[in-house]
Amino acid sequence: MSKLSINNLSCQRGYNLLFENLSFDLKSGEALRICGQNGSGKTSLLKIIAGLNTPELGSIEFNQSKSNSEKYQLEILYLGHYAALSSELNCIENLEYLTNLSTKLISPNFYNALKEVGLKNYEHDLAGNLSAGQKRRIALSLLFISQSKVWLLDEPFTALDSNGIKIIENQIEKHCAKGGLCILTTHQECNIKSLKEISL
Amino acid sequence: MNIFLKTLERDLKMAFRNPSSFLNPLMFFVISISLFPIAISPDAETLMNIAPGIIWVITMLSVLLSLNSLFHYDYDNGILEQIVISHHSLSLVLLAKTTAHWVLSGLPIIILSPLLGITLFLDFKSIYILMLTLCLATPCLSLIGTIGASLVVSIKNSSMLLSLLILPLYIPILIFATSAVSQSQFDLPINGQLYFLGSILIVSLISTPFISAVALRISME
Repeated sequence: MSKLSINNLSCQRGYNLLFENLSFDLKSGEALRICGQNGSGKTSLLKIIAGLNTPELGSIEFNQSKSNSEKYQLEILYLGHYAALSSELNCIENLEYLTNLSTKLISPNFYNALKEVGLKNYEHDLAGNLSAGQKRRIALSLLFISQSKVWLLDEPFTALDSNGIKIIENQIEKHCAKGGLCILTTHQECNIKSLKEISL
Repeated sequence: MNIFLKTLERDLKMAFRNPSSFLNPLMFFVISISLFPIAISPDAETLMNIAPGIIWVITMLSVLLSLNSLFHYDYDNGILEQIVISHHSLSLVLLAKTTAHWVLSGLPIIILSPLLGITLFLDFKSIYILMLTLCLATPCLSLIGTIGASLVVSIKNSSMLLSLLILPLYIPILIFATSAVSQSQFDLPINGQLYFLGSILIVSLISTPFISAVALRISME
C-alpha cells in the first residue's frame, strides 16, 4: 500500500502566507481535489509536492522517500498550467522527450496514447499548428503512458471539451483503481468516483 | 547519458526548424564585422591591427545576443518545470542545452572566422591562431553564459541585466584571446595565453553545469 504524507506544510509568497500547518495523507486508490479561490495557493501546493518549490516549513514523503530523492521524483507525474510542448516538434517527438524526462519506460506506445485522447492521425503534426485543447490533450496523453504512482494535475480540464474531460476523468479513475494516487485542482465540475476534497 | 543526447537532439531539431532563432545573432556577427572596413578605413595595416579586437568583441556580443533565448522559450512553455523535477541530473540536461547553444552560436562563428579574417587583412598564421582561440574560448562563453541565463530566466526583458552579469566574467577571455592573436601577428610567443584559455575552458566545463543547476532551481522557485 503506497502512501503520500504531507506534514505541517506552510507556504509563503512574498508577504502573503498562503497556508500553514497543512497535513494530510493520501493512500493508494485515492483521488484528492484541492479547492480554493484564485490565489489561495493551489498551484503552489502542487509545485511543492512535485518538488519544484520548497515549503517554508514541513515535509513530504512518499513511501518513506523524501521529496528531493530520485526515488520520489520517479513516482511523480506533474502536469502544470502549461502543456510543456514545443511548437517546432510534432506530437510524437514532444511525448518522447517528456517521457524521457519523467519516466524510465523503454518503448512506450505513443500512438495508442494519442488515440486514447482523440488525436489519431495527428501524430506527426507540429504542436504549434494545433488548437489549445488539442495541445492540452497531447500533454494529458502522458496519463496513458506514465507508470508514476502519484499524479499531480494542475487545472487538467482547461481548454478541454466535455468529451475530453470525460476521457481524463475515466483515466484518473482507472489509475486509482490500479492503486495510484491523484491530486488535482480544478474550478470545473468533475465526476470522479470517491473524490476527496480539501480547501485552502 | 541518454538524456544528454536526447536534449541535444531536441534543441538542435527545434533550432533547425526555426532557423531565425540562431541565424539572427550570426547575421549580426557577419554584418557588424563587414561594416568596419567601410566605417574606419580600407587601409590594410589599420584593419590588421584592430582585427583581433573587432572579431572578438563582436563574437562576445553575438553570443550574448543568443544567450537571451537559451531558457526563455522552455520557461514560457513549462518544459523547464519538467526538466527541473525530472529524476535525471539537472546539470547534465543543462550541459546538453549549453552544448546545443555552442553548436548553434560558437561553431558557426569559428567556421566563418577565416572569411571575416581575410576581409580584415589578417595573415594566414593569425587566422589560424584566431580560430584556435575561438575553439578554446567560445565554449567558455556558452558555459559561463548559461549561469547568467539561469539566473534571469524568470525575469521578463532581462537582456540588459544578463549583459551586466555576464560581461565582467567574459573580460579575462577577451584579454587572453585578443592578446594571443595580436602577439601572433608579431611572431611573439602565445603559449601563455593559450594555456590560460585552456584552463578557463576546463574549469568552466567542470563547474558551470553545477552552478547553473543551482541558479536555475533558485530562479524557478
